[in-house]
Parts: sequence; C-alpha cells; structure tokens
Amino acid sequence: MTEKPIIPANPAPTLIFQATKMLHTASGPQLLDIGFQLKQGSILALYGPSGAGKTTILRILAGLTDAATGYIQIGGTSGDNGKGGRSDQSGKSGQSSANGDIWLDTSRHINLPTRHRSIGFVFQDFALFPHLTVRQQLEFALPKKADRSIVNELLTMMDLEELQHRKPALLSGGQQQRVALARAIARRPRLLLLDEPLSALDDEMRYRLQDFILKAHRFYQLTTILVSHYLPEIFRLSDEVIVLENGQVRKQDTAANIFLEEKISSKFRATGEIIDIQPADIVYIISVLSANTIVKVVATATEAANLHIGQKVVVASKAFNPIILPIG
Amino acid sequence: MIDWSPLWLSLRLAAFTMAILLLLGIPLAWWLAYNRARWKVAVEAVISLPMVLPPSVLGFYLLLAFSPAGGFGRLLDRLFDLRLVFTFPGLVLASVIYSLPFMINPLLAGFRSLPADLHEASRTLGKSDWTTLLRVLLPNMRASLITGAVLSFAHTIGEFGVVMMIGGSIPGKTRVASVAIYDEVQSPHYGQANRYALILLALSFTILLLVYLINHRYSKSKSML
Repeated sequence: MTEKPIIPANPAPTLIFQATKMLHTASGPQLLDIGFQLKQGSILALYGPSGAGKTTILRILAGLTDAATGYIQIGGTSGDNGKGGRSDQSGKSGQSSANGDIWLDTSRHINLPTRHRSIGFVFQDFALFPHLTVRQQLEFALPKKADRSIVNELLTMMDLEELQHRKPALLSGGQQQRVALARAIARRPRLLLLDEPLSALDDEMRYRLQDFILKAHRFYQLTTILVSHYLPEIFRLSDEVIVLENGQVRKQDTAANIFLEEKISSKFRATGEIIDIQPADIVYIISVLSANTIVKVVATATEAANLHIGQKVVVASKAFNPIILPIG
Repeated sequence: MIDWSPLWLSLRLAAFTMAILLLLGIPLAWWLAYNRARWKVAVEAVISLPMVLPPSVLGFYLLLAFSPAGGFGRLLDRLFDLRLVFTFPGLVLASVIYSLPFMINPLLAGFRSLPADLHEASRTLGKSDWTTLLRVLLPNMRASLITGAVLSFAHTIGEFGVVMMIGGSIPGKTRVASVAIYDEVQSPHYGQANRYALILLALSFTILLLVYLINHRYSKSKSML
C-alpha cells in the first residue's frame, strides 16, 4: 500500500475538554473535574487507577455519558468540515464557531448527540455486530456518500483481507480487536477513542496490535485518546500522558517525563511475583515479575529472609531507592 | 363434508393480528426496553393484563367500548362508518389487544438480552436510533421476533372467550374454528367438532414444535460464540 501523505485541513487545531461529573466508585462518591487540551493528530494516553474516571472521560467525549457541567470543542478554526475528505460528512458536526465545533457546552445547553459527533470508539470488549461479516462491519460504519475505497484500504492495512467474509464469532480476540479498530476508523472521525483496547489480549498480541494502532495513526493522522494502565503500551503509543488521580488531572506531560523521572516516584507502586532470589556479595538481588517486565531490586539479608520465590510483593519507589514489601 | 370457512377465518384473523402486532410490538417493546421512565412498569402491567384476565372480562369491556351505543363505538360509526361489534375488523382489534403480551414479552426479552454496547457502538458510528434498530438490533434478535410472531399467531387461533363476546358466531364473518367447535358440540355434532378440534390440535402442536426448533437452533449457534 502506498503511504499517502495526508495534509491536515488545519495546521494545529486542538481539542479542548472540560467536564465535571459525580462518579460513584467502589470507594464512595468522587467528583470528576477534568480539563485538558490536545493537539490535532497526537495520541494522548489517560492513565490512572481504576475508578479514576478514565472511561467516563471517553464516554463524555463520545456523548454516551452526560457530564454535570462541561465544554468540548474540536478544531481550531472554522471551515474544516470534511475539507479534503478527511473528516466524515455525515451531516451536522456541531455548532461551528470561529474557534471550531462545539460538541458540548452545558452553560449554553449545547449537547450534540453521539451520532453527530465525528468520533470512532473502540470499546473494551470490541462491541462488534454479531450478524455482520468483517467487511460488512466496515461498510456499515461508512457515512452515506463516503468513498468506499477506504474499506479495502483498511482491510489490507489491518491484515484482515483473508477474514473479510467471516463473522466475529469465528475470529480470535486479536482479530476482533483489529476489526473494531478498522470499523472505528472507517468513517474517518476527527477523534479516535480507544478504551483499554488491548486489555483483553495477551502480551504478544498486544505488541502486534500496538503496531496496527501506530500504522493506522501514521496513515490517517487521527487525533487519538487512549485509556490504558499498561506502561509499555503508553510509552510506545502516546505523545502525551495525562495521569488521573482522585478525579483530577495530576499531570500532563510526555510518558518519559512522567514515568522515568522521580517526580512521581513516591507514588510509584507495582505489584508482582518474586521469581528469583540471588545472593550478591553482602546483599540479595530479588527479581520480581511485574506485568511482563522483570524488575531487579536490591535487598539486605534481613529483608531477603522474609521473602521467598513465588511470593506476591509490591515494589514501591520512595525518594531514592525502590523498596520491596511482601503483600497478602 | 367439513366446512372449511371457520378454519380459513381463524387463519386469516391470526395472520392479520400477527402482522399488526409486529408493526405495533417492535416500537413498543423497543421503547419499553430502553426508556427509563418509572411509569413504564404500569404500561408493562397493562400489556400483560390479557394473560391473567378471563377472556370474557376483556371481551365484555371491549363489547361495551365498541358498542355503537357507547362513545367510542358511535365515533367510529360516524367518522368511518366502521362497526366493530360482530364484525371481522372488530375481531382483529380485539385479538391485537388480547395477544399483545405474546408479542411484546418475547421482543422485550430479546432487546434486553442484547449487549448494551451494540446500541452504543452503532451510535458512535453516526447511526440514528432508527437505523440502529433496523440494522443492528432486530437482526440480532431474530429468534425473539420469530417467537413473538408465532406465539401471537397461535394464541389468536386459540382464543375463544373474546371472540365469542365481540364476534358472536356469524358464519363466514366471525365464526372462527374455536367457536365452530363449540357450536357443533351444542348441536350436537360430535364428529364435526372432533374434526375441527383435531385440526386445531395438530396445527398448535406444529406451531409450537416450530418455535422450539427455531429457538434450539439459535441457542446452538449462539453458544458457538
């Protein structure tokens, strides 16, 4: 496939998001109060503990969940509606203003219904239509007068040509995921929303699918928001990360700046399982398998005496060095 | 020689009723499945009333309502020259009300068994509620549609009390098979009654067999998922 360069209709329009909503989490009610901006064409990862409101943010963006108060604006300047065939032309795209299209403005009682928002949404469990074949899922997603060639383009790009006449029941998890991604992209939305898209897959599959996400992103330059609590994925995919905590934005920066520096170190915790304990001079090297990463931690002989292989532990980073504690 | 007209009338009545119930039942069940209004439970209760009410009670009130002496009956008579008592259109309307739960309940169960995100996925793809209903929801609940259609058809063939109250027993107009059996027994022509009864028995059994076969097939193909 030839890599067509896609020239954005607007050089640097942004997404502006602001919303409040009461969340009912397992640990009681919690106010979600979030605001952020995003450059066109970039990939943003939303990171945080479960119940922090990551999925709710995606749903508010999609218009599937109502915010108590909120403001969503997409596009920097007016007049980019479908210019160059980039965004879909399925009709209304929101109230246009000189600053872009408003999808939500509770102060002015604007709340564009989901079907009029130019979005692509990949659900956690894919939400494929059981009665349609792979090809039909993509065709269903096309707006009425859209160019149908994108269907073949996406089938090729996502390596789905061989499977195009199969129904979802006969596809593996990774294949379903690719179909869900292709279907979300088919209408060429202005905003692509991925809700923990890879959480249902094993590590090898994740890595392959990250490739597909990156490939599609390079090709279509879709502004993308990705919910993930999986660091390798965030590092690989995102241009920017927002760390959510207690319903608020704790930090917005690049993944490297957030996770590799010590800024959040006192908060860093990972749970894992001890796979090896090796003496080294007067200390012990404890190998902990956390997600698919092996972390090596130095422990004193006294600390090591309390640890054994197979034990569940938490590795937490205090100001300077990581400490290791048994759990359970 | 058997008079086929009561059987033919029963089938015609059941077919009309089923067709009207499909058109009426799909939007109604859809509304019931997705609306969050609290008072919709009252609507559900009213729809299910014919399942527990003696058919003669329903027939009695319908008779009062349809009667040209009453307000509604007179209105229909004046505006459309339509009389519902002792007529075929009256039977159809009464059957629609009487068999409503047999269409609504399977459809409602069908809508409720669909994953919520099918609906949401369709909306995020820019589709209207109407398109979502026709192209996503209904095709994924074919078993419910068939069950609702077949049950309301069969239930209409099996009705007696309501038909008796509203239609009476006018040969060729309102004398359906179940009423004909009653008449033949009264006459008494047991042989003739037995012929009608056997045909209805065979028909009912075949219809139910069909429903279970279809549901069995769908549940099998679903378990493959």
